[in-house]
Amino acid sequence: MTPTATYSDQFAALAAPAGAPAWLPALRQQAFERFTTLGFPTTRNEDWHFTSVAPIAERPFKAIKPAATTLTASDLAPWILDPSWHRLVFVNGRFEPGLSQFSELPADVEVATLSDALRESPEWLSAHLGKLAAFDAAAFTALNTAFMQDGVMIHVPKGETVELPLQILCLADAQAQGAAFHPRLLVVAEAQSQISLIETFAAIGGAEYLVNAVAEVTVADGARVDHYKVQQESTDAYHVSAVQVTQGRDSIYHSFSFAAGAALSRANIYTKLLGTGSEARLNGLYVLDGTQHADHQTFVEHIAEACASRELYKGILDGSSHGVFNGKVYVDPEAQKTDGKQTNKALLLSEQARVDTKPQLEIFADDVKCTHGATVGRLDELPLFYLKSRGIGAETAKALLTYAFAAEVLETIENDPLRLALERTVFERFTHASFE
Amino acid sequence: MLKITNLHASVGEKEILKGISLTVNAGEVHAIMGPNGSGKSTLAQVIAGHPGYEVTSGSIEYDGQDLLELEAEERAQAGVFLAFQYPIEIPGVTNAYFLRAAYNEIRKAHNQPELDPIEFLDVMEEKLTVVEMDASMMQRSVNAGFSGGEKKRNEILQMAVLEPKLAVLDETDSGLDIDALRIVAEGVNKLKRPDNATIVVTHYQRLLNYIVPDHVHVLAGGRIIKSGGKELALELEAKGYDWLLEPVTA
Repeated sequence: MTPTATYSDQFAALAAPAGAPAWLPALRQQAFERFTTLGFPTTRNEDWHFTSVAPIAERPFKAIKPAATTLTASDLAPWILDPSWHRLVFVNGRFEPGLSQFSELPADVEVATLSDALRESPEWLSAHLGKLAAFDAAAFTALNTAFMQDGVMIHVPKGETVELPLQILCLADAQAQGAAFHPRLLVVAEAQSQISLIETFAAIGGAEYLVNAVAEVTVADGARVDHYKVQQESTDAYHVSAVQVTQGRDSIYHSFSFAAGAALSRANIYTKLLGTGSEARLNGLYVLDGTQHADHQTFVEHIAEACASRELYKGILDGSSHGVFNGKVYVDPEAQKTDGKQTNKALLLSEQARVDTKPQLEIFADDVKCTHGATVGRLDELPLFYLKSRGIGAETAKALLTYAFAAEVLETIENDPLRLALERTVFERFTHASFE
Repeated sequence: MLKITNLHASVGEKEILKGISLTVNAGEVHAIMGPNGSGKSTLAQVIAGHPGYEVTSGSIEYDGQDLLELEAEERAQAGVFLAFQYPIEIPGVTNAYFLRAAYNEIRKAHNQPELDPIEFLDVMEEKLTVVEMDASMMQRSVNAGFSGGEKKRNEILQMAVLEPKLAVLDETDSGLDIDALRIVAEGVNKLKRPDNATIVVTHYQRLLNYIVPDHVHVLAGGRIIKSGGKELALELEAKGYDWLLEPVTA
């Protein structure tokens, strides 16, 4: 069976959710046809040059109908960053209302699962869903659009600030073995509104499954969206995600992508700076070992004048792991006074680990400031000597400096509970000591 | 305590130390002076075990042990301390964590129990006063964003915490204004005990107004070309190094 044929049978059997509007099957059909035409990307595709998705294409991942989870709130504790936050919990792709809490949101802020939103606000949904995440050239996005079962829709009205962060926790357990999940996130932050989101993908146990996530984020004039993603999937799992953002005048979008899980992961984070004076900050950290592969691709399109973009990506690679960072920046002829900076640093802890990094700058305006820099290397001798000269053994010194390497980018996380949780995770992973 | 005999050391193909012999006894302060490029800092770094230098011949005996056989961390655990000329910045690791890690590693090496963060606070409080540092410095990343003076004070703070037997101060006075110089020098003097020794490496005499040496050695071209008492430093201050260098180049 060809890779796309695996999905043809499933698509034929796919039933529209009860009460879904008529436009949905048409959108799905269109997306699926596009997926079959495109097929899975190969390494001949420039955007996928360093990442072969053959392991995903070869496996017959299937949509599943999971049973309601038996997990309790205490089972989720390792991933709940703050119990007072709003949260939506999905286990094996199934929304778990009993584990979720978001009734305390401001009354005019709409947060719903995709299946609820399809029933309750189909018109609003049809105006926004699939409008940013184009699938004409993106096979995984087409596949997600064809199969999306559930997800989260967020509408923050004009001028509203959501004070507490909202965490979306997607957990997989043993039931997820062989399953494909296509979660969808839609965020519309109207003018002058603010919201902070944390998407956490994690696993209990070591199942082999596919998560193919798509997010669409509209940040209107003067709005601010903080969008954090923590990817700690099972190391046997596959995780592909695409985030497409558009930004209005004077808007702010901050993204942080932490990737430590999955056998193979790919994260596309694209933002279009459409409004003058808008700012995008795309940071991330990946920590890999064994035969893990993690690929980040960012794309910042400077369309309007006087926008700023900042990117800092760091990777720590051990074993025979492979990291990829491809940072694209496009500056439109109209986008004068663009201020763009991209930095990408990787630390190799073993002889076999490998990093491929490719900054791509396409600049068509003349009055711009754009810089990029990439370094790949090992721990410096001098800081090691400094620590050793204070009595700290070589192994501990290396561990501390590895943590310090990560800390530089983790420090940019403005959400304290998340920053501390990730600092703790990285610190304990390398030092095997407890974090204070 | 320290006996250096005919020490030769190189970086790559280049020989920098060309036969240094020096004996330092407990309770003594030795100043090593000399023009730039004479090998002063190399000597300091070789004592501490810097991996960039290769000792090609000679020996260093410390407390009856062959120092050159020890790794840098083992030397520190045995009581050797180098105050760096250019202290290293370690963003992401707090001063408090770094100091406690170092303190505990040294305690562990002596089979003493490690201190937890609360117990260590008491140790720190006392030591911070030695260098007139504010406790808030402990929560900052090691040397990251510190001024030149703060970095040097942080070196002396580490020395105060680790209580070395042999402290080597590498150009600790460079880049310090007069107030910072006084604080650093007073810190060193407060830490002086009959059973420890200090080697002060410096280009200028002014630090020696505050830390009074028992012996002064002039290093040039990788060799000690003159040794004397504290008055030698004053003579160098008045006459410069040239009068000593001439016989070497002749």
